[in-house]
Amino acid sequence: MPDLLEFEEPIAVLLKEIEALSTLAISDDRDREIARLEKRVDAIRGELYRNLTPWQRVQVARHPGRPTTLDYVERLCTDFVELHGDRRFADDHAIVTGTAFYKGQPVLVVGHQKGSDTKQKIYRNFGYARPDGYRKALRTMEMAQKFGRPIICFVDTPAAYPGIESEERGVAEAIALNLREMAMLEVPVIVVVHGEGGSGGALGIAVGDRILMHEFAIYSVIPPEGCAAILWRDSAKKVEAAEALKITAPDLLALEIIDEIVIEPVGGAHTNPAQAAALLDVALQRAMNEVAALGVQERLDQRYAKFRKMGSVGIVEA
Amino acid sequence: MAWFKKARKPIATPEKSSRVPEGLWVKCPECDTIIYTKDLVKNLHVCGKCAHHFRLSATERLKTLFDGERWEELAPNLTSNDPLKFTDTKPYKSRLANTQKATGQKDAVIVGVGRINGVEAVVASMEYSFIGGSMGVVVGEKIVRGIELALARRAPVVIVSCSGGARMMEGALSLMQMAKISAALARLDRAKLPYISLLTDPTTGGVTASFAMLGDLNIAEPKALIGFAGPRVIEQTIRQKLPDGFQRSEFLLERGMLDLVVDRRELKAILEKTIRFMSSSPVTQPEG
Ligand SMILES: [Zn+2]
Repeated sequence: MPDLLEFEEPIAVLLKEIEALSTLAISDDRDREIARLEKRVDAIRGELYRNLTPWQRVQVARHPGRPTTLDYVERLCTDFVELHGDRRFADDHAIVTGTAFYKGQPVLVVGHQKGSDTKQKIYRNFGYARPDGYRKALRTMEMAQKFGRPIICFVDTPAAYPGIESEERGVAEAIALNLREMAMLEVPVIVVVHGEGGSGGALGIAVGDRILMHEFAIYSVIPPEGCAAILWRDSAKKVEAAEALKITAPDLLALEIIDEIVIEPVGGAHTNPAQAAALLDVALQRAMNEVAALGVQERLDQRYAKFRKMGSVGIVEA
Repeated sequence: MAWFKKARKPIATPEKSSRVPEGLWVKCPECDTIIYTKDLVKNLHVCGKCAHHFRLSATERLKTLFDGERWEELAPNLTSNDPLKFTDTKPYKSRLANTQKATGQKDAVIVGVGRINGVEAVVASMEYSFIGGSMGVVVGEKIVRGIELALARRAPVVIVSCSGGARMMEGALSLMQMAKISAALARLDRAKLPYISLLTDPTTGGVTASFAMLGDLNIAEPKALIGFAGPRVIEQTIRQKLPDGFQRSEFLLERGMLDLVVDRRELKAILEKTIRFMSSSPVTQPEG
């Protein structure tokens, strides 16, 4: 059973009851009671997840059991071959890249990788990418372009790593260059924001023809805690900040920043990774087909137009 | 009445302004020299004794760059409509209105078309006193219009950064301006038109991680704070003090992230030479 979040407390009580019942001797009464409680759990969970607050969505997006980029790659692709290193300085473990086959077609996969257990999390630097990761991403994306292969970018990072070596090796330049060059990649680029879309660290691999976003993922200019600390001077106001920043998938769809919401299993992707992957599969395949059908110039023009109009909703020309 | 107003010594935090205060005399925060304000303006707001660079407003900056201090402003009337209906301790709408009143600007950038040593150029100049020079939808739109105009006229682009990064109060829309401006710069790049990025104190966050680092030349003023993460965020992450001069222009130059660090008084001459290098008609192969 995946870890429960604090707002899932009503479920926790019932799950404990079910656990207690299941230690009893088997009987029709016991089984009927367990079935009744399980139905109740589903109903409550459905109700909770239909009405998540933005801050609750932040917690779901950061859930330790949430499927990672490599989980999705494993379920949706075959013959994945991981490619390492930026050929400049290092191999960043917080961004993975590799060749793979999706629906039998060759694709390049690029994505942040958070890691699922403690050891992996440390190895992956909790998904905080360094400049080398962005440079590896661009290097491999340019290789994909050379061979005319579409690119799928999986986004799930708290932020680019805010450390000394990041600054020394020019993380800002690395992200900036990706933004510019991804705008000009001739091959289809599909972006999937499946967990945390943390600011420039996310955007650095998130310029594409279609931006898909998971139902409970978040995408933000700054973490709610950071925003609260700066604007409220009180990081405890993260709940208010999460609300004000409009970081949820429905908000971003309304602001025309993303193209489509990928529905998750009731209770979040972590409760049923197989179903989460199957739901993504449908959206991903449709997006890929649409974008691949375009000619190169048409695709580049549409990609430019897409980002060109972002923000128009917020401008008045007096 | 005080003879001069004391400017506060700039420290690591970019919030402490080193702008020239109102008054007849000003004390240099670096060397304590008392300078006659008119002399300071004549010297492009650089201390004649120690070369401390006072921060310039967007308008003052354009005056130092354009011939005859003249330019035509592009899209001067764009304003933000507060797309998120954002409120923190006070509504963003009133913060905007107050800032507009205090600065006389509609948002944090002025884009002008004028001549630099005779060559027509588009210059975007950021205004730090407008919510920390933060980049929201208006900044993004104005800069992109400037780049598109430069593409149409085949003119060089100069962007003068002076910004704490993306504007939180416009949320992910601000974040997307990084991609929007960078996409426009991609077109400028492919059209082989010059783009010079001038990084001034401070240039951080999403501004650094987009257009400020994408120049054909990235030029910084001396001792400017330039980085992606703010110094305090880094100190919290690594739980130690940062070394002196970390994220300053000279540090970035040594790390290979800048083409050059230029004294403001030399800047126009450098722009003239390098733009001439980039935009003169192509050198043809010698015949024979
Ligand atoms: Zn001085």
